Amino acid sequence: MLSRIAESLFWIGRYVERADGTARILDVHLERLNQMPLPQQWETSRQLLGVMGSRPEKQDLELSDLLQALAYDRTSATSIAGALGAARENARRARETVSSSVWESLNTAWYGLTQHRKDVVGTYRFCHWVVERTAMVRGLSDTTMSHDESWQFLVLGRSLERADMTARMLSTHDVHAAGLSWVNMLRCAGAYESFLRTRRAAFGDQQAAEFLLLDRLFPRSIVYALSDAEKCLTQLNPAYQRVGFINDASRIVGQARTFLEFHQTRDLMAELPEHMDRVQKACAKASDAVSRTYFSQADELSWVGEVS
Amino acid sequence: MSELFADYAAAARKTPAFDEMFNVGQSPRTEYGQVAAALDALNLADVTARADSMARTFLDRGVTFDFAGEERPFPLDIVPRVIAGDDWDVLERGVAQRVRALEAFLGDVYDKMAVVADGVIPRRLITSSAHFHREVAGFSPAGGVRVHISGIDVVRDQQGTFRVLEDNVRVPSGVSYVLENRRAMAKGLPEAFGQQHIRPVEEYPRRLLAALRKTAPPGVDDPTVVVLTPGVFNSAYFEHTLLAGLMGVELVEGRDLICRGNRVYMRTTAGEQRVDVIYKRIDDEFLDPLQFRADSVLGCPGIVNAARAGMVTIANAVGNGVADDKLVYTYVPDLIRYYLGEDPIIANVDTYRLEDAPAREEVLDRLDELVVKPVDGSGGKGLVIGPDATRAELDALRAKVLEDPRGWIAQPVLQLSTVPTMSGGQFSPRHVDLRPFAVNDGEDVWVLPGGLTRVAMKEGSLIVNSSQGGGSKDTWVVDGEVRRPADGSVPAERPSVSVRERTSVWPIETNWQDKQSEQQQQ
Repeated sequence: MLSRIAESLFWIGRYVERADGTARILDVHLERLNQMPLPQQWETSRQLLGVMGSRPEKQDLELSDLLQALAYDRTSATSIAGALGAARENARRARETVSSSVWESLNTAWYGLTQHRKDVVGTYRFCHWVVERTAMVRGLSDTTMSHDESWQFLVLGRSLERADMTARMLSTHDVHAAGLSWVNMLRCAGAYESFLRTRRAAFGDQQAAEFLLLDRLFPRSIVYALSDAEKCLTQLNPAYQRVGFINDASRIVGQARTFLEFHQTRDLMAELPEHMDRVQKACAKASDAVSRTYFSQADELSWVGEVS
Repeated sequence: MSELFADYAAAARKTPAFDEMFNVGQSPRTEYGQVAAALDALNLADVTARADSMARTFLDRGVTFDFAGEERPFPLDIVPRVIAGDDWDVLERGVAQRVRALEAFLGDVYDKMAVVADGVIPRRLITSSAHFHREVAGFSPAGGVRVHISGIDVVRDQQGTFRVLEDNVRVPSGVSYVLENRRAMAKGLPEAFGQQHIRPVEEYPRRLLAALRKTAPPGVDDPTVVVLTPGVFNSAYFEHTLLAGLMGVELVEGRDLICRGNRVYMRTTAGEQRVDVIYKRIDDEFLDPLQFRADSVLGCPGIVNAARAGMVTIANAVGNGVADDKLVYTYVPDLIRYYLGEDPIIANVDTYRLEDAPAREEVLDRLDELVVKPVDGSGGKGLVIGPDATRAELDALRAKVLEDPRGWIAQPVLQLSTVPTMSGGQFSPRHVDLRPFAVNDGEDVWVLPGGLTRVAMKEGSLIVNSSQGGGSKDTWVVDGEVRRPADGSVPAERPSVSVRERTSVWPIETNWQDKQSEQQQQ
């Protein structure tokens, strides 16, 4: 398939997952932020934005600024609207490759962006709607596209972004002075029920973090997402099956996963920030490596025209 | 008739145009029977709800065209344009005839120019055409076809006779709307589909792909076909994605292609892949910076040389624009006689060549009664309709014509035929044209039944272009008489519903249960 199209698919996967993750994080934090005294709210909002990767200029961040930055700002790829817009733009470029239902669901989601009230109450509904729409896009792409190369690129982007988003969710734990309760942290990832059923009696911060970080069966855990990404990379380049690593991206993702999986620790909570930093860096590097290997047009000839 | 048609007769009487749906006595023509019955049962609320739902579907599906950087849905009217099968058969032959003649003409023009030597058409006229490209003279394209895809615009005059308005053999667009309109109409006006046979349009992508594959460079067993688009900002981008998607081929941009050793490749995730046939949706001028505009970044350097070497097929061939030239258009009936030895099946619209001094004199005297068009324009660009123009506009036009008489033609104002169209809460007559699409695979010219009917949404307006507020209608070619059981009885020769016989692919072990019980007994 065309490199350009592969790149678009990779980014559709990433952006859709980003919109989903951001909506989940915003939903849970909004509830808490709303109950804080103003100065603390400002500080927490700033840190939350920091975790999500944007650097606010304003000092006293109103709640509405936060909403704008994370939900409605169409010009920023950190916000939900920006991510969905970018996903739709990529789908438009790869329209003949994605199935028409995937394109349509992204297109209608994009048209639906404007139809929400931008206050706190409206944002709850908005987040919910985004989670639904992105689930629909995922479901349709899984059921209506052949699971060939193009789909693998989509899933690769999705998995990397998911690992990244879960890392951010865990990072927000530190954001709140008192710590975000583990219940909320799990709810961010939609993991609350799964966690309760798995862990039965033992719950607490440590276990919740462990679950989101290391569980091999919960799809939004970092280890699970990274091994998904690894599988896609193997499928995309099945040539080297025996010795050595396939390419940079596989190496980076594999190392990050195994480090987490086989790491032994007594105090996970103390190490959490470092882990999260490693995961996020690994995702970014893997994404770069994928671009270099598959999408690169660095040696692209550019035609300069006549010298007049 | 329905209340929605209350003022129709009065409105139709105001214009001398031929009405497609109603005859002079204001009763529906035979071919419109089913449509009239379906519309009759609807009230305003129904029609509005259906029209809204159709518009919404188009927006969701992204059936849009880009206008001034904005994606707009192409408005589809709920009343289809119906053409009787018998009328269509003539039109179809006429379009195919024209395509064959233009194909022969282009082959000749870029070769020996026998047509000039035999005095049918002046050499000056060809060489002065803006789209005559010497870069592609002297070789015949791989696969031997130049006009793979064409759109011949036809209109119906006041007598109801079809006439050709212009030929589009460069990059005719609009076929995607034909395909999408039919899908939308099947949901928007399902009642009208029942009992008559409407010729299907959905085989177009398959026909197109077959023709493109057939015209691949010789020696290629399994040709790779691509669609070359200028990118997402092109007004017809939707069409490019739809066609590439329906044909199951890659949609490439210029930057995805590279030429090396007169071969064209595309960059894929698995390295470079050879490309054999390019369905080109960009203008010739932007195709190859080595040959044409050096500042173009839409094309791919070297592609024309590859075509000249016979290593790649470009559809439509570069340089076809000379046959689009509106001054060449005036010679097409002669070309048909010259190349095919046949009489033209569809006539041209009477046209003045402004190069001829006497004709020019006459036209300049009657500017306010005529339509004046630039010879190389498309999409209604630069066209001046005399009766609607102001004095200043006419004066400006007069100066332009005198400055460059080769650049203009003049035609009488044609009262294009009308079809009922939803407007302001009722049906009113609106002018339409028709663009049938033809696919030429070198042996046979296939014409898509129907084509694109464009409609001017403003009352009395004769300009149907989408960029100037035009919409479209689904176009039906309807066969036979509408079968309507008068007394509710079942028609005799109704085909019986057959149940397919079940055949088993797997050998069935009829007695596996028996065997099992036997085993247990043992």
